[in-house]
Amino acid sequence: MTPSRPGRDRGLVRPYVITEGRAHPTRNTVDLVTLVTAVRDRPLNSLNPEKRRVMELCGGGALSVAEVAAHLSLAVSVTKVLLSDLIDSGHLTVRPPIPKAQLPDARLLQEVLHGLRSRF
Amino acid sequence: MGSAPVSDPVYVPDTVQTAVKILVVGHFAVGKTTFVGTLSEIRPLRTEETMTQAGELVDDLAGVPGKTTTTVAMDFGRITLSESLVLYLFGAPGQKRFTGLLNDMLHGALGALVLADTRRLDHSFDIMGLLEEHGVPYAVAVNQFEGAPAFPEADIREALDLLPETPLVVCDAREAASSAGALISLVEYLQTRTPWEQG
Repeated sequence: MTPSRPGRDRGLVRPYVITEGRAHPTRNTVDLVTLVTAVRDRPLNSLNPEKRRVMELCGGGALSVAEVAAHLSLAVSVTKVLLSDLIDSGHLTVRPPIPKAQLPDARLLQEVLHGLRSRF
Repeated sequence: MGSAPVSDPVYVPDTVQTAVKILVVGHFAVGKTTFVGTLSEIRPLRTEETMTQAGELVDDLAGVPGKTTTTVAMDFGRITLSESLVLYLFGAPGQKRFTGLLNDMLHGALGALVLADTRRLDHSFDIMGLLEEHGVPYAVAVNQFEGAPAFPEADIREALDLLPETPLVVCDAREAASSAGALISLVEYLQTRTPWEQG
């Protein structure tokens, strides 16, 4: 898919500045489809500009990690670092996706199937 | 501080407790983006990831001099399936060199739909091999392009070396009912693989 643009990021700062030098998130439970929502009335003054943008975006309701990345034009890896920090500091709450290594249960698959059949 | 998002977010309903994902994979220009766009209830979104040429996610985001990096885009969409459940569809590149990105996407996926083009069936081998390595169950959907040869199912099965139980369907990625039908075939197949004990 849309390959090979030279390795440049669109932002004005390079990714490691946004993530304060880190390449990996503090928690490995953040998945592409983990749903995050901003917690209201948390102090924002200690947050860097990117984290404030996350808080502003997520103040309106729940979005997946992938959606946050897309709306803010950030790489997924960078977004995961930011979101993990904000979860750790109590700024975001999560609705976790089904954990890895656990086969989806029959009820969940039935619900997916029912939803697809009734929608289309 | 330049805080406007790039696009207007459409939030997930408050009642939703669970998000699941299915990957839509296949080679370049097989119709992944079209497929996702046809079924998604939100305008499809795109995220990008920077990778080293070796195909691993870059460890050091500052970049290592002398290593070439590539930006890979993935398109995704969302379908609300019930008041408590949403499904995300991720269009993922199928080439071997994107393995690092795929690992991240495969994590926790219910399964994958491999889109194939009868004019280039051999282009699907890489991604099928990768899914098998990771133990990700998949179904194959031939995206019927105009003018593409319509081979008998048995011939396609043989060319792709499919297991007898792997579903093979034909779809038109531009049509919602047809595309949803392909997903339904995949989920029905997933049901047959789930352990019998009821959750």
